[in-house]
Amino acid sequence: MKRIAIQTADFDVAAELAALEALGGGGVASFTGIVRGEEGGLIALELEHYPAMTQAQVDRIVEEALARWPLLGVSVIHRFGRLEPGARIVFVGTASRHRAAALESCAFLIDWMKSDAPFWKKEHFGDGATQWVEARAEDEAKAQGWRS
Amino acid sequence: MAELTIVYFAWVREVIGRDEEQVERPAPDSSVADLIATLAARGGGYAQALEDPTRLRAAIDQRFAPLDTPIGDAREVALFPPVTGG
Repeated sequence: MKRIAIQTADFDVAAELAALEALGGGGVASFTGIVRGEEGGLIALELEHYPAMTQAQVDRIVEEALARWPLLGVSVIHRFGRLEPGARIVFVGTASRHRAAALESCAFLIDWMKSDAPFWKKEHFGDGATQWVEARAEDEAKAQGWRS
Repeated sequence: MAELTIVYFAWVREVIGRDEEQVERPAPDSSVADLIATLAARGGGYAQALEDPTRLRAAIDQRFAPLDTPIGDAREVALFPPVTGG
């Protein structure tokens, strides 16, 4: 099973997990990314993406995971648009016969989603200020770590 | 020959003040970096957004590409900051 969704709408984590659990494997791993309630008055994150590229690029990342681990299923959901603190941003779920493949591939997928999927985050603050989130060197290093 | 489409994202889009435009097609062996230099020479928001190419990343026909990649016969070049998804 391969499911990729790029959407503004929220998603149902329980339903996503249930679909992965129904594949007959011995383990399901998942990661859910949430808009952090920052100190300093963050009121929303605005996520922009490259519509003509995003789906195909996420598909390449998922195919890389499928080539590296024996997976029964992969689900990747990434939202865009305006999201408030506490809102879900991203979901990665993997199903495999054994836990190591599920856990490792889940970590790989979220690391690569951070460094290789065409999304950009802008922070909106209560006083009206805005700021584009800067890419963090350690995120790039984590993704690079899977390449060696 | 057809024109080249350039698309901009995130603060690059905001500083330049547009999300897409068509330009006259550069020579096939010119790189994304050459294109960035040509656009920056327009001044204004272009100069401000594009003056430091180390802050920029690119995609050619919807695939990430280093800035020294030749544009060749691509239809679309995208310029943007390093991605911050996930």
